[in-house]
Amino acid sequence: MRLRDNHLFRLIIFVILPLIGLIVTSMNSGSYYSGLVHLFGINIILVASLNLVNGYSGMFSMGHAAFMAIGAYASAMLTLTADQKVFLMPALPDWLMHLTLPFPVTLLVAGVLASVTALLIGFPVLRFKGHYLSVATIGLIVIVRAVLDNEDQITNGARGVTGLPDYASTGIIFSVAILCLFVLYRLIHSSYGRGLIAMRDDWTAAQTLGVNLTTKKLSAFLISAFMAGMAGGLWGHMQSVISGKFFYIDTSFKIVETSIIGGMFSLSGAIVGSALMTFIPELLAPLETGITLFGVQLPELYGASNMILAAALILIIIFRRQGIMGYSEIITDSLFSRETYLSLFRPDQYSSLAKAIVTLPVRSWQSLKARWVGQKHKSL
Amino acid sequence: MAELLKVNNLSMHFRGLKAVQDFSASLAEHGIYGLIGTNGAGKTTVINMLSGVLKPTAGTIEFAGRDITAMRPDRIARLGILRTYQNLRLFRRMTALENVIIGAQMHHSYSDVDAVLTLPCFRVEEDEMRRVAREMLALMGIERYADERANSLPYGAQRKLEIARILAARPRLLLLDEPAAGMNPQESAELVEIIRRIRETFGLTILLIEHDMKVVMGLTEYIYVMATGQIIAEGKPDEVRKDQKVITAYLGRKRRDA
Repeated sequence: MRLRDNHLFRLIIFVILPLIGLIVTSMNSGSYYSGLVHLFGINIILVASLNLVNGYSGMFSMGHAAFMAIGAYASAMLTLTADQKVFLMPALPDWLMHLTLPFPVTLLVAGVLASVTALLIGFPVLRFKGHYLSVATIGLIVIVRAVLDNEDQITNGARGVTGLPDYASTGIIFSVAILCLFVLYRLIHSSYGRGLIAMRDDWTAAQTLGVNLTTKKLSAFLISAFMAGMAGGLWGHMQSVISGKFFYIDTSFKIVETSIIGGMFSLSGAIVGSALMTFIPELLAPLETGITLFGVQLPELYGASNMILAAALILIIIFRRQGIMGYSEIITDSLFSRETYLSLFRPDQYSSLAKAIVTLPVRSWQSLKARWVGQKHKSL
Repeated sequence: MAELLKVNNLSMHFRGLKAVQDFSASLAEHGIYGLIGTNGAGKTTVINMLSGVLKPTAGTIEFAGRDITAMRPDRIARLGILRTYQNLRLFRRMTALENVIIGAQMHHSYSDVDAVLTLPCFRVEEDEMRRVAREMLALMGIERYADERANSLPYGAQRKLEIARILAARPRLLLLDEPAAGMNPQESAELVEIIRRIRETFGLTILLIEHDMKVVMGLTEYIYVMATGQIIAEGKPDEVRKDQKVITAYLGRKRRDA
């Protein structure tokens, strides 16, 4: 049996090890690396929700930054104290001025407001197909930015809002991330998701098989915006400073890029892509300030990490258009199937895992040899 | 027999081009009807209008006593008019079974919340859909391809898969657009048998476009013949076969002055 089909193996790799990582992170909150892990969690929400629209339903939205912005500002409005709000958002109505809600509730409100925005623009915009839809959603980002920068009394203009309380703990970020992944996973594996995929593959055929295209498109867009709004709220509370410039086109592009690299047709792709795009730029960061490599002092390469990522994106588009994970759902399948958790107590899983690991070198040698011999035959 | 579909003076104009002009037909329940004609006669346009993909320029369509002329395609499908396509439109990335499940799930009753919570009603219904889908694949004789990707199936099996997919959606009226296109004589003979069988099993009404005269003459009970957008003849297969206008349309006129 293959190692990756072993439920116990999956439990260890995809559940237990990440869980240990998260616990360690939550104990060192405030450190540089825990900040990175938090960003990773938020990216998972953003990319997974974008995949619902871009990957599964075949539309191509770039508007995620706008929904993040709406979520972040909404959540700021509901968590800041009255003293802060008098200063930062003087034009708020009285009832809102004194309203502070628990953080999970504000996240829900953030999601709802983002959804409402999606609904308002969805009706006119979702008629477009392909590139037109992308351009229209970029328009939404520009509009939101313009409003945030010019509205002085509610969003404090281009100065932005500062002093958001530090509510975005490891626990809450990853609870939201796992919950979002679970909801998306269940939706995709029900009649709803099959209808979406059918619409993506052939919308005429889907329609003559009873799929209502308008409600399908709109609902996918709304769900996606809801999750992006929550992610925006989390992001704001993680950064504690928000302003229009953080939620602009480059932010959206980064999310789209992550989604393409990981694989937009897969939720596991969202996880893998987020991991790569969160941690690799940090590993590359020293390049920009100049490092010593094998005794050679490299010059300061400003923008090197961005260039390397851009090159990686191009290579992926050329050689693996479906992204790293393609259509595979191995991570989410393991996370959300009962089998994975039951395997903890099933003795046969341990023995087959042990067998798979012991025989791994032999099997990999055999498969390598088979491939090598096969190629030699081909060349003859 | 009760009338199931009534089409009155249906016309479809694309700017100046009169693709279909004054098409009228009446389909009784449980009948098998043929729609034949030369290339470009407007047959597929008629099916497109009946299934709601195209909105007719003029005329009305009544199905089981309801006016469906301006209805969206998905609502028409829910009423029980289901169609296949001349150039296959399968969901290529899905397996054959999943393709059929798309048809089977049209009348599902669980909500999306049930699906997210994986409630028992969700699981029961999903299992039922799977069972129905397998049954339809078996009926079309392609159950061995159930777990293969739709676009990797042999051509004949893809044609049958399209029929299996709409059968799972509980149809009342099947619109088959050249179901035997590209099949060899043995395969199309087999298809005739299958179509007869599904008509009996489900009590369906069938309207089929076909170029293969063996299929049309062997299967249908009543035929409409179209040429350049209009019906030029209709009647029982034997009558149509002898009709002078039909012969002219298919074979051309003898040049008398030659």
